[in-house]
Amino acid sequence: MLLKNVLVRLITTAITLFGVAVVVFVLVRVAPGNPIAMMLPPGATSEDIANLSALYGFDKSIFEQFVIWLGGVLRGDFGTSITLRQPVAELVLGRLPATLELSTMALFIALGLGGTVAVIGARKRDTATEVGLDLTSGAVLSIPDFLWGLIFVLLFGVLWPILSISGRIDPRIEFDFTTNFYIFEGLIRGRFDVVMSTLSHMLMPAMSLALPLAAMIAQLLKQNLKEVLNQDYTTLARVRGFSETSVILREALRNAALPTLALVGVQFTFLIGGTVIVERLFAFEGLGNMAIDAVINRDLPLIQGIVLLFAALFTVINLLVDLSYTLLNPRLRHG
Amino acid sequence: MVDATMPLRRRRFRVRNLRFWIPLTWIMMLVLAALCAPLIAPHDPLAQDLFLERLPPFFMDGAEPGYWLGTDSLGRDVLSRMIYGARIALFVSVIAAVSTGIFGSTLGLLAGYYGGWWDRVISRLVDIWMAFPPVLFAVLLVAVMGTGLTSVIAAIALIDWTRFARVIRAETMVQAHMDYVDSARIGGARRFTTLVSEILPNVMPSIIALLMLEMGIAVIVEAILSFVNLSISSDDPTWGSMIAEGRGAIHFAWWVLLFPLITLFLTVLSFSTLGEGIKKKFDPVLSS
Repeated sequence: MLLKNVLVRLITTAITLFGVAVVVFVLVRVAPGNPIAMMLPPGATSEDIANLSALYGFDKSIFEQFVIWLGGVLRGDFGTSITLRQPVAELVLGRLPATLELSTMALFIALGLGGTVAVIGARKRDTATEVGLDLTSGAVLSIPDFLWGLIFVLLFGVLWPILSISGRIDPRIEFDFTTNFYIFEGLIRGRFDVVMSTLSHMLMPAMSLALPLAAMIAQLLKQNLKEVLNQDYTTLARVRGFSETSVILREALRNAALPTLALVGVQFTFLIGGTVIVERLFAFEGLGNMAIDAVINRDLPLIQGIVLLFAALFTVINLLVDLSYTLLNPRLRHG
Repeated sequence: MVDATMPLRRRRFRVRNLRFWIPLTWIMMLVLAALCAPLIAPHDPLAQDLFLERLPPFFMDGAEPGYWLGTDSLGRDVLSRMIYGARIALFVSVIAAVSTGIFGSTLGLLAGYYGGWWDRVISRLVDIWMAFPPVLFAVLLVAVMGTGLTSVIAAIALIDWTRFARVIRAETMVQAHMDYVDSARIGGARRFTTLVSEILPNVMPSIIALLMLEMGIAVIVEAILSFVNLSISSDDPTWGSMIAEGRGAIHFAWWVLLFPLITLFLTVLSFSTLGEGIKKKFDPVLSS
């Protein structure tokens, strides 16, 4: 049963990715503006343009171009960036670690912050504290990451300048990275100045991405906790003399966390989608920032590569969440 | 314990009313500002005056009387640009939300009621659409269609229809199994008539709540596209272009960012609070 579900999910994932590839491929090709004319110096003859177009395969029909491109993708060749003149796969994989570190940090902040607020809300249920927390998380939830980013830039970048508002690391730090996972590599090689500088640059963008998700976790987890806290086994734990806080942390949290997990998975993909504009806002050298430049420069192969990578990331995360949900939930496992 | 809960219940009741009236008042103020912009704006929103550049707001030293919220790097009055900006913001949010709503709800109703191939195709499309990072998708669409407000509105509708389609599809499926739908069909109503005259009115509260949320989202999307220079020309007074300008001049004139940011913040919060309120008011489970 489980195996069949996995197979069905894998096939629909492949169909979705194929659909994304078709949509983005057609979209970038109906866009006005000749990317080849943009990369040649002014005064280039139409012959030069035609030659270069042929080199990139833009002289063929859209269908032919698609078949050629798809064949390349299946072999791991995503083409060559027009503006940066490097293989797309290399460029995109070089930027992916930055975006992954940023979204992972945001996810941890959201889980920590949202979880804490949920436990406090459940502990103080039916008091003014709970109402206050509900109102706050409701308001926080409705403000998108872009606005949080601007608010942080203004507050901690300018009015009380304690954090850097652009880049991923202090440019004065000399460090030769072999991977682009700055935090991971800094930790392993014992360079804590690298880790601290990267973390302080990531704090504001990560907080901007984390706040709406944290509010959502706070609301949902608190709701689930309150339901669990009315059940017999938690009453039993109370009778046995556990304090309310330890009943929540030791007994209730484990059972309330499962429904929250399903939501967090889907919301995590929205969070990753949000990195596009937040990276732009903080001049953070990740995938999203590169993507916007690629669109502005009409760098068709690069746009295709980035969109496809994002789509693959989203569908894989959804797949993993569904699978782990099935594995963790006994009712679904035997259903 | 008893003493503690009694005033709380009353307080909650009042809070709920305030949560309706405060956002509504803010939106009405915006509508009024948008309608009467030429009457209330103290200056021409496009008038540049390099002798008056980066004037601070009224509560700071060096403020010029008449320029309450200061001026930007080209000497344009921030308050006047914000008032005129309300016109564009409300125009975009209403038109974009309504077109997104019509487009997405129609697909949701069809998928939810007819099922079968309708459902399969529409659900697959939703899956594909959800696999795009929305901001990148918007930037890409506007780059394809060319900058301008029409492109911004079209991009919002072409991306966010999935939000309506998913919710309305699920609700339509629930409604389609209700007794009143069967009795309408037994009474001789055609399937399409049943969908429009029986099911649509019952999913309408959800559509209206989503419309409110969408209006808030549309204001943000316009701001984001202005921020990456893809909305209308940066001379025109939109809150987004003011924010972009403010971000650029943040170390010299932070007020150019602050005031449009506060406006955007309150507007998005108001739309979503109203949307939540409508959803709770009509939802029998939540309102009890």
